[in-house]
Amino acid sequence: EDKEEDESKEEDNGSQQNRVSRRKNYQRKNRNGKKAREEGSQKKDRGKTAPNKDQKESENKEKKTTKRGKEGENKHMKGRKSSTSSASSNSSDEESLSEEELAMLKEQVEQKKKLISTMRNKPWRMVKKLSVLREAQDFVEKFEGALGKGKGKKLYAYKMMMAKKWVKFKRDFENFKTQCIPWEMKIKEVESHFGSSVASYFIFLRWMYGVNLVLFGLIFGLVIIPEVLMGMPYGSLPRKTVPRAEQATAMDFSVLWDFEGYIKYSALFYGYYNNQRTIGWLKYRLPMAYFMVGISVFGYSLMVVIRSMARNANESTADGDDDNFIFSWKMFTSWDYLIGNPETADNKFASITTSFKESIVDEQESNKDENIHLRRFLRVLANVLIICCLCGSGYLIYFVVKRSQTFSKMQNVGWYERNEVEIVMSLLGMFCPPLFETIAALENYHPRIGLKWQLGRIFALFLGNLYTFLLALMDDVNEKLAEEDVVKNITHWTLLGHHNSSAGNDSTVTPAPLDPADVPRGPCWETTVGIEFVRLTVSDILVTYITILVGDFIRACFVRFVNYCWCWDLEAGFPSYAEFDISGNVLGLVFNQGMIWMGSFYAPGLVGINVLRLLTSMYFQCWAVMSSNVPHARVFKASKSNNFYMGLLLLILFLSLLPVAYTIMSLPPSFDCGPFSGKKRMYDVIQETIELDFPLFVAKIFSYLANPGLIIPAILLMVLTIYYLNAVSKAYQRANAELKKKMQMQREEEKNKRNNKASTNPMLQDLEDLLTPSTKTESPPKQAEDKKIESPNGSSPARKPGRGEALAGSPMVGGRGAAFTPPSPVFVTQPWTLGIRAPYSGQPRPWGHPLGPVPGRGRGQPRY
Amino acid sequence: MGGSASLIPRDLLSEYQELTFLSKQEILLAYKRFSELLPKEERENACSVRVPKSQILTLPELRANPFQQRICHVFSTSEIEDGSMSFEDFLDMLSVFSDSATSDIKSYYAFRIFDFDNDGILDRKDLEQLVNCLTGQGEGSRLSSAEMDQLIQNILEESDIDKDGTINLAEFQHVVSRSPDFASSFKIVL
Repeated sequence: EDKEEDESKEEDNGSQQNRVSRRKNYQRKNRNGKKAREEGSQKKDRGKTAPNKDQKESENKEKKTTKRGKEGENKHMKGRKSSTSSASSNSSDEESLSEEELAMLKEQVEQKKKLISTMRNKPWRMVKKLSVLREAQDFVEKFEGALGKGKGKKLYAYKMMMAKKWVKFKRDFENFKTQCIPWEMKIKEVESHFGSSVASYFIFLRWMYGVNLVLFGLIFGLVIIPEVLMGMPYGSLPRKTVPRAEQATAMDFSVLWDFEGYIKYSALFYGYYNNQRTIGWLKYRLPMAYFMVGISVFGYSLMVVIRSMARNANESTADGDDDNFIFSWKMFTSWDYLIGNPETADNKFASITTSFKESIVDEQESNKDENIHLRRFLRVLANVLIICCLCGSGYLIYFVVKRSQTFSKMQNVGWYERNEVEIVMSLLGMFCPPLFETIAALENYHPRIGLKWQLGRIFALFLGNLYTFLLALMDDVNEKLAEEDVVKNITHWTLLGHHNSSAGNDSTVTPAPLDPADVPRGPCWETTVGIEFVRLTVSDILVTYITILVGDFIRACFVRFVNYCWCWDLEAGFPSYAEFDISGNVLGLVFNQGMIWMGSFYAPGLVGINVLRLLTSMYFQCWAVMSSNVPHARVFKASKSNNFYMGLLLLILFLSLLPVAYTIMSLPPSFDCGPFSGKKRMYDVIQETIELDFPLFVAKIFSYLANPGLIIPAILLMVLTIYYLNAVSKAYQRANAELKKKMQMQREEEKNKRNNKASTNPMLQDLEDLLTPSTKTESPPKQAEDKKIESPNGSSPARKPGRGEALAGSPMVGGRGAAFTPPSPVFVTQPWTLGIRAPYSGQPRPWGHPLGPVPGRGRGQPRY
Repeated sequence: MGGSASLIPRDLLSEYQELTFLSKQEILLAYKRFSELLPKEERENACSVRVPKSQILTLPELRANPFQQRICHVFSTSEIEDGSMSFEDFLDMLSVFSDSATSDIKSYYAFRIFDFDNDGILDRKDLEQLVNCLTGQGEGSRLSSAEMDQLIQNILEESDIDKDGTINLAEFQHVVSRSPDFASSFKIVL
């Protein structure tokens, strides 16, 4: 830490010093450079006379400068250096270098290269960066050729060239990538109007869109398109044909809208796929591909989510002591530099002010006691109410799903009956969150904590609803499975009967096969599940859009135009404009994604629908936000919750993985539809592929790998690794805290030392202090110190170079501190032991000294 | 302004890319925006002309920023300290405020911006001024002096690790680097 600071001091110092001289320097240098080049060419002629000396000189200089690494130094030498180096390079071609020199040169070149690549991280002016860069590049260019003398020269040059090309390619690729990112301008516009929090939703939406595009590519490229191109066409098989009874209405819009009819028997759903092992001339193994894609959808999503979570966590090194810097963060990081709209800025000002005031009040009130019992009671009450709500909504959904199963058996039911489940779920999702918010008012939490609770509750509600829905669906599936057994027999007998009857005709022509539309079918529970999810998604999309249209746009129009003839101010009063509900929207997005993940195995087309949804909602919501929402009264930044949302996404991903995995692992696939029909379990397809398509030993290896004897140790190993890593991270945290403490201690020691130094004889001073804690002896050091304190401040223009030293407190101490960095044992222990015995001993004049003109410079004294 | 690409020499453009966190498009966009701030007759040689502070502050990205004056002064290389900016200064600024700039360099410049009296440390006066900047111009939103004292006291207690009553660059960077949302909000995009 000390070192770091020293460096920064140096740099500061340098920059301060150089700021004035730099510009002049630069211009001069430019001239110099030109001159040098001319000189170089001149020298070329006479260079043969004394090239070696020249070169050595330049090298020495180089070494010095690079070793010192001080910019100030660098500056002064630059003029000369560039001239000499250019001159010497000419000569270096002719002279052979000794090994030692070569190695040195190589090192320098490497250093220069490193400098070039890290230049952008330096807080220098562009002018300086440019000149340093040019110089370094010149240097590298000139000496690079000299490096690979002899055998490796060509190879070296080639390598260098490739490295350069590679850098250029990488940069071009980066440029290309940034050009490919869509909606930059849209998001920027939102950012400047609403701050980064609202924009973070759109960035999240864009990210989701990217992920879904990849999933879409996977599913369409590997499953749907091969099936459409190479699979059996529509109408060739019973599973690919609309049954006779439904054919009359199969093209009606109302039927299609429910994803029945032709849509149900299309490649968008599981049931359409055939269990033929290979299709087309490519011998494409469709069932295998279907299974693998289903798994890799989850695999890819998991990988992406975890990777972005890890990146977020990496970027913010803030875990561990989160609460240590509440005020400082509010102060230093609360302004959102993206805000470009004056109104938003005003809101931001207001919110920062309130947050300051709040945190001050919090700090003051944290010690105050109040009626804890009442508050506790209210909180318990609120939680009970909310749990009741959650249970109620869960039961309602269960009830409705059950009812829908009886409806589905009845003929000609109305539109409402058919869509009851979706409607109820959407209504619950619409009305429960505000209800929760009302109840949460009872609890009187801090807004930030309140927001977390609110998010958690909505999450629980959505999750509960989803899982009751799943449970009810599971019941349905089990019923269907039972029904299937019956149908299976019927189908079998029908087919047999048909065959027999046609065989009985004993005609030589092959009997006309039974029309696929007439074959009795099983219920195909997979497609049913897929349809449920698609319907749920679509109704969710519609409800979202309608809510935006009504809740935001119509409301905004009403407020805007009716305000002219209304008895109170609508804009400021009751309805006012809507704010953009970030957390609600993000949660909606996350849950929608969960449904996509769950449904995509049984309805491959679902991802396509979702891609469309995300695309439209990007434009639609951008428009809605810009046209009808107002910036938040409390503008808050969202990046903190970034990983929170990602965490939710991960949780949802995991939870949506569970039911899919369960159905794959433990339910038998339908006998007459889907790519896995006829198998006992869906995952049998892997075994089949391994047995039939791979050599024998692969199957053997696979069977070994699948052995529980191997899997259990592997899991154990993972658990142990997690435990170990956890322990290591904890140790690091502790070490961190320890270091911090040490740093503080060292500072205090230094302070004490400094104070002691201020008087002529520190030992004597300490003793005196010990003996007479408050006497006149204190006054001289105090005065001396005050002088020191004032000097850096009072005469700032005259003491520009002393800026770095000012960091350390006083100019004299800078030098002394350096001398004492390895503190002698006497100095380390003394002030401390004294400090323990008599708290004020180390510091002369702790009292009676009002906080002077520079009150902050309390010299680290008593602030307990 | 389609021809603006040709106005920056290729070499210089690639050097700018090397030296800043900006991509080629961003540099060209910056050039376009910068030359739009200039009067018509000076647009030809926008690389060598300085734009006065008053013009810079008309940029919508800086208009609402309470630190606009400081930003201009910190990034300006003007010798008479009038906050005027050359194109290179402008690029410097955008580079620091860009998305891909490291947190280190961001916090370094943030420190410079907050250091109102340019003395290399944040003392009470700087912090006070900073609070005033953050709470806006309105009289109603200002903090009372007691609140101000309390606030600054708390801040110093948290961040002033060496307890010398001021915050130096190292302390500042320490505090800011642990903040989860500093890097994401210390950002200006053209």
